[in-house]
Parts: sequence; C-alpha cells; structure tokens
Amino acid sequence: MHIGIPKERLANEARVAATPQTVGQLLKLGFTVSVEQGAGHAAHFEDQAFIDAGATIQKTKDIWQNDLILKFHAPSDDEIALMKEGSSIISYIYPAQHKELLEKLATKNITVMAMDCVPRISRAQSLDALSSMSNIAGYRSVIEAANQFGRFFTGQVTAAGKVPPAKVLVIGAGVAGLAAIGAAVSLGAIVRAFDTRPEVAEQINSMGADFLELDFEEEAGSGDGYAKQMSAAFIEAEMALFAEQAKDVDIIITTALIPGKPAPKLISKEMVESMKPGSVIVDLAALTGGNCELTKPGEVFETDNNVKIVGYTDLANRMPAQASQLYGTNIVNLLKLLAKEKDGNIDINFEDVVIRGVTVVKDKEITWPAPPIQVSAQPQKKAAEPIAKPEPKPMQPAKKYGILALLIIAYFWLANSVPESFLGHFTVFALSCVVGYYVVWNVTHSLHTPLMSVTNAISGIILVGAILQVGDDNGLTTAIAFVAILIASINIFGGFFVTQRMLKMFQRGK
Amino acid sequence: MLNQGIIQAAYVIAALLFIFSLRGLSNQESAKSGNIYGMIGMAIALIAAIASINGGLHWIIIAMIIGAAIGLYLAKNVEMTQMPELVALLHSFVGMAAVLVGINSFLDPHAVPPNEVTIHLVEIFVGVFIGAVTFSGSIVAFGKLNGKISSKPLSLPNKHYLNLAAIVVSVILMFTFIKVETGAGALISLLIMTIIALVFGFHLVASIGGADMPVVISMLNSYSGWAAAAAGFMLQNDLLIVTGALVGSSGAILSYIMCKAMNRSFISVIAGGFGSDGSAASSSEEEQGEYREMQPAEVAQTLKEARSVIIVPGYGMAVAQAQGAVSNITEKLRGMGIEVRFGIHPVAGRLPGHMNVLLAEAKVPYDIVLEMDEINDDFPDTDVVWVIGANDTVNPAAEEDPNSPIAGMPVLEVWKAKTVIISKRSMNTGYAGVQNPLFFKENSYMLFGDAKDSVEKVLQNL
Repeated sequence: MHIGIPKERLANEARVAATPQTVGQLLKLGFTVSVEQGAGHAAHFEDQAFIDAGATIQKTKDIWQNDLILKFHAPSDDEIALMKEGSSIISYIYPAQHKELLEKLATKNITVMAMDCVPRISRAQSLDALSSMSNIAGYRSVIEAANQFGRFFTGQVTAAGKVPPAKVLVIGAGVAGLAAIGAAVSLGAIVRAFDTRPEVAEQINSMGADFLELDFEEEAGSGDGYAKQMSAAFIEAEMALFAEQAKDVDIIITTALIPGKPAPKLISKEMVESMKPGSVIVDLAALTGGNCELTKPGEVFETDNNVKIVGYTDLANRMPAQASQLYGTNIVNLLKLLAKEKDGNIDINFEDVVIRGVTVVKDKEITWPAPPIQVSAQPQKKAAEPIAKPEPKPMQPAKKYGILALLIIAYFWLANSVPESFLGHFTVFALSCVVGYYVVWNVTHSLHTPLMSVTNAISGIILVGAILQVGDDNGLTTAIAFVAILIASINIFGGFFVTQRMLKMFQRGK
Repeated sequence: MLNQGIIQAAYVIAALLFIFSLRGLSNQESAKSGNIYGMIGMAIALIAAIASINGGLHWIIIAMIIGAAIGLYLAKNVEMTQMPELVALLHSFVGMAAVLVGINSFLDPHAVPPNEVTIHLVEIFVGVFIGAVTFSGSIVAFGKLNGKISSKPLSLPNKHYLNLAAIVVSVILMFTFIKVETGAGALISLLIMTIIALVFGFHLVASIGGADMPVVISMLNSYSGWAAAAAGFMLQNDLLIVTGALVGSSGAILSYIMCKAMNRSFISVIAGGFGSDGSAASSSEEEQGEYREMQPAEVAQTLKEARSVIIVPGYGMAVAQAQGAVSNITEKLRGMGIEVRFGIHPVAGRLPGHMNVLLAEAKVPYDIVLEMDEINDDFPDTDVVWVIGANDTVNPAAEEDPNSPIAGMPVLEVWKAKTVIISKRSMNTGYAGVQNPLFFKENSYMLFGDAKDSVEKVLQNL
C-alpha cells in the first residue's frame, strides 16, 4: 500500500503527519511512502531528510492519489476532490461537529479513521493523538505564560533582595493540565491545581502541585475517562474557590473541556478584575469558547487592570517538530494495529475495539459513533440487586445478660457438684489459659510456623501421662502406653528439632 | 522413687520453662533461646516423670528411642515447603496419644476416690473425644496438604446436621458411659464414641477448603493442646493441664489471627469452604477486561529501572519451589542499590508464617520481610510490585466490591504501586474462586508460566 503525506494547507499550520523517523517505521510495516514537496518545511524537516529516510517526494496533485493519506486536519472539499475513490485517510475528523464531511467522504467510498476518536483505554494510549497534543499544549501554555509574565517563576534570594516565587493555578488535571503542572513546577513556581474528579488528587500531588480540595460531595467520573458536567451547587462552590484563588495567584492556566460541548466558563470578568496587575491567564479552551469570559481566541488580550489573557488556539502548533514527531508516532502505532502482518496492507478488524473506535467511515457507511466501551476494568455492574447478606443482628442486651447469668448459675452448680480436687485443677487450667493468651498474643507473624512446631513439641508432654501408666502390672495398659510413648516421642523430638532447624535459617540482613 | 514434693517442684519448673519458651518465640532475637527453654523444660518433666514410676523403665526407654529416631528423621528430612504437612502429622500424633492415654486411664483408673469417679469418667470421655477429633482431623489435613486428598471442600448434604448429630450421640453415649461406670458396657460406649469422634473429625476438616488450611492447622494445634489438658485432668497432673492450656490458647489465638486476616468468622471457616453458600461466586466466571503480558526480559528491565521493589509471594511460590531463585534476584537487585522488600499476607501459604520460613530457608534476611500492616502504606511510593503466586491476598475486589465473597478481607494493596507484575500460571482464579480485577488494572502486567521458571528467566536477564 502506498502512503501519501500531503502538506497541511490550513493557514499557519506548521505540523506534518510524518517525520523522517516515522517514515522509517512506516517502511518497516511494509508500506511505501511519499511526501509532498515542502510538507515538512515549517516543522524543520526538509525534503532531503525524508528522501534519506526512504520516502519519495511527490507534487501536490500526485500525493492525493495515494492509497492511504496521513494528515493532521480533516480534509477540505478541495482535498476530497483530489482523492481517488476507494482510498483511505487517517486524520483528525471531529465527526460530531462535521457530519456532512463524513457523508461526503462516504459517497466517495473513502475509508476514514479519525485520530480524535481513539478510545481512552490503556492499550490505546500509544495512539492517543489528543493526549500527545494536549501534553505539548500544556507545556507550551506555561512557556507562553512565562513569556507574558514579567517576573521570575522561581523564588530567589539575591544580594539585591528576595524574589518571591510565582503562584500558578492550574484548572483541570487532564493530560494538558498535568503537563502544565510539571512544566510550572520545574520552573520553580508554587503550583496549585483543581479538578472536579477527586481521584486525580494523587496524580496532581505526584507532579509536585497541591490539590485544592472542594468541600463538596459529587462524583465526576463518567466512566469514559472524561469529566462530566456538574450540578449547579457544585459549580457554585467551585466558582467561590476560583474567586478566592484569583486574588492570590499570578498565573491561571485553564484546561477544562467537556467533549462535544462549549467549554465551561470558570473565570468570570470579576475574577479577572480582582487579579494583581501583571498576572497572566492562559486559556487552553479558547478554541471551544474559552474558560475565561474575556478570552479572545487566537490572540493575547490585555485587560484594563493589566491582566494578560492568552487565547492562543495553536499551542501545539507552536512546537511543530515535536508535535509532528508525536503525532506521527501515534499514527505509526495505529498502523501497527491495522497492518499486523507487516506486509503493507491494512485490515480493518471491527473485533478490535480500538480500530472499531477510530473507524468512522467504512464501505460507504458512516460507522460513527462506535458502541461505547468501558474504560476501567471494574467488574460489570450486576443486573441483579446485590445479594443482601444477612447482617448478624446485635444481641439484645437483655438476652445477652440473661445468657451470661445462666452461664454463671450453671458454673456454680457445676462447681458445687464436682469434687474439690477438680476445682484445684480447674484453677490451674483457667490461669494457664490466660497466661497462654498473653504470652502468645505478641508473636510476630514471621514466627508463626516455628511457634506452631514448638507448641507441637510441647504438647508431646502427654508423654508424661503415658509414662505414668507404664509401671502398672496390667499388660494391656503397658502395651497401649508403650505405643503412646512412642508416638509422643516422635512429636517431642521431631517438633523441637525442626523448630531448631527453622530458626537457624532466619537471618538478619548484613 | 523420688519424693513427691520434688517431683511436683520439677513439674512447676518445667511449666515455667514452657511459658518462657513460648514467650521467647515471640521475636526473632529470642526465638532460639525460647526453643532451648522448651527442650530443657521437656527434659526436666520427663526425668521427673520417669523418677516417679515404679517399673517398666526399659519399655519407656525403648519406646522413646524408637520415637526419637522417627521424629529426628522426619524433622531432618522435611522440605520447608512441606512444613504444613509435617505439622499436621505431628498434631495427629498428639491426638492419637491422647486417645490411648484416655483409654488406658479408663482401663486402669489407679485409685480414684469414690466421690470423684463420675468426674474422672467425664474427663476420660472428653479427653478421648478431643483426641480422636484431633487425630482424624489432622490426618485429613495432612492428606489435603499432601495432595493425597482433594483440597476441595467435601460437601455432604445436611453436613451441619450430621455434625450436630455426631455431637448429640456422643453426649448421650457419655451419659450411658457414666452410668455404667465400669466393665465391657462402658468400654463399648467409649469405643463407639471414639469411632464417632474420628468420623466427626474427618468430616469437619474434609469439608474445609484448601485456602482455609492456615486456620485449620492452627485450630488443630489448639485441639491438640486441649487434648493434653484433658489428659492432665484425668491423670490429676497439673503439668499436663498447664502445658495443654498454653498450647490450646496459643493455637486458638493463631486461628483467630488467621480468621481475622481473611475477614471470616471462625464458625464460617469450620462450617465449610468459600462459595459453599453458593451465592456470589457465580459472577466470577466472566472476563472483566483485557490484561497485558510482559516477557521475562521486560520484567528484568522494569526491575532494573526501579528504585524500590516489593515482592509479594504466595502459595504458588511454595508449590513451584521458587524461593531460591527469588532470593538470588533479591540479592542481585540489592547489589544494584535497589530497595527490595517482601510483603507477606498473614494467610499466604498453607500454614501461618509459611512464607517467612520459605524465605528464611532461601536466605532472605528477615528484616526485609514485612507483614501486611507494616508494608501496606508503602505501596503508593513503590515503583514495582512483583506478585509471585499470590491471588486472593492481593485482590482489590475485597475492598472495592461489596458483593465479592472476599469483601472486607484485608489485602495487600499492591495495585497502588506504579507497576505491578503478576507471575501466574494462567488466568485462573485463586482458591476463593473469585475473579481478580487486579489483573486488568492499567498498571498491571502478567508474567505467565511456572513461578520458578519465570523467576529464573528474569534472573538470567538481569
């Protein structure tokens, strides 16, 4: 199969769907590869590098005639017109927003795989392009913020006085949020982060930031790896938290997205106005309307109180070489699944949930959306009601004391009717039980086996009983006692010896 | 024959030495001296007992020499993986001896004062009953551990009623026994009861599953103590009573600790194995997601890149005899400056403390072998956890799924570590028959194969 990698035509788009490195990997999978002239130029990959990697260079009209097109952005109408019938394309599609695009591609019998539809399961992580791009965007957001922020990120004590560290608030701890936290922490800032899903607190802490807790109970995971929309009361509590933080922090990075919906408005005009002059907000949700009310998509906007709001929508594109490399690798990983035989042919097997998820058009049919899959390997919710295990009823106090009283009466009755010598022995017995309890209670787990074998040996004391019976004149009892002595001796000697053997093996580390 | 007072004094010293012995066993440093206290105590007790009799010394010496030879032979040659079997076998000997001493005590009651005849007979009866249950129960436990008897719980219809019937019949027999007092009639009731008790003990242990063996063994340990104590009552010998009570309560505590480690009541363990109530185990058959595999070379790589490693061994390690290879890996990793520790669940293996003994045999220093409570908080900071042949004891369902048959059982929280590698023969469930969601977690990787083979392969790649 011949792969074609066209140049992205969108204005300012610098990325490309393959790099010389990923071309090499594609060749290993059995494909042949052509790259459009100058496709990698903006990402600093020259044509010669592609040729060295084993690709051929084609002109625009030829490149679109290949069997499989790898691309970043969804194809435009012109581009679809250039494609040949029955070919395939892998790119971003956003099928929810572009239904008519799917139809156009379907009528031309083009098989379409959407890199934005990779299911969020662990096996598919290696081809999750959204995560790759979010990671870059998160990192870049901190760099942009630092660029706009007129001060140090890290605190310093210099000969000329003390410089306080910058305080950064990251809202949303998805891939982008976590990348932003990591970048900001490594620049030396004090980083706080918030997310509606309390379970990510651990991840936030592991990146070196403080998790801001909201004193409010609500589950936010929706089982598909994304956060869901929250209740009004929750949002209110959340907004109060942000308002308070806005006064304190220098930089806010917002990354809150709800799939298929406009971004939630989290930073109000009032909050921006309450921020210190010189503060920076980087809004990663600018493309879908922005998390901040004042965000202007695509540009840096400075408010009257000197707060800069960065609304760039092309953060990943600002690091084109890296972005191209990661995206290219994501595509290679998808093709590894599609071309298992490594013979350069793709097999769209709908049994594989990953392939099923990304395929949005096949055989002239729109196959989007794919049936949902459960991300986590939690046990399936059982249809039947949980079997109510009968809780042991706590005993009625009256009943409890009644039984106790009965036992005491029975005990005294027994004590009254048995001979005195028995009671003497019984005293010894009861006290020994208590001693045994206290002595054994503190034994460490590791010594349980030796303890057991030593008690085993000790309970061979029954030998004493047998010995006392031997001396009798009765032949039968002596014979029985003989056997008893024999087996009890096995116990005593075997028990002590094996304990000794075991204890010798326990050694302290050097 | 020595003065009775001196003999009694010797018995007291022996009893105290036994207490010191158990006390010494409570920690590693004093354990060896504890064992020696036990030996000295036993020697004193035996000398005193022999000194107090009138004749038949030659029989005693012959029997003891034969017994000692067998005992030492067994102790010397037992593999550490077979310790549970040996312990079970030794329990059965105590039970047998108790039965014999009891019957003997009936045949030749010495001079029992007339007002104590009844209580003496009750003591004999109870002593023989406990001894017989201990004997047959231990034999079954031995067979199960040995693989000679299926470790699946035996499930007879109405098994609880059968047990109850055995006890009721035994009580009735006791009353006839006391009433008849002497002669063939009484002996027959005693022997019938012995047979019933033997069957009862057999059934009791046969209906308990393999995974509950730690509880069973410690329970039988306890019974063997009570049997000795009962013998002490019938022989009016305080030393036997003290020792029996010590052993009995020690075994009872161990059973309690084991039950707690499985979050099960003692009654429910005794009453039968997991899943015997037939409710929740049905959902366990279905697969719960996808698991990922790792090859030995990748495991070796992962271990090398880690800073801290916790190894969690289970019965599978014992079965495969992999402890030596595990120890070699530990040494190698520690040599590379990687922190290696072991996390042991209280019921790992088939005997309380079984894993510790195996690791000690393989020369793993005991101060890096930690118990569950000591290590559970450390998992989140651990890079790699390697589970070798353990399953139910690392099952997150115990904490996460209230419907799971093992819900509420304390488990090692291995899934909190960054990476979990699970060595296992197949995707089969553990003894509890419960599917383990751990295998499908995002940070889990399976290393399939016999534990010893795979551990050795990893070792080669290190």
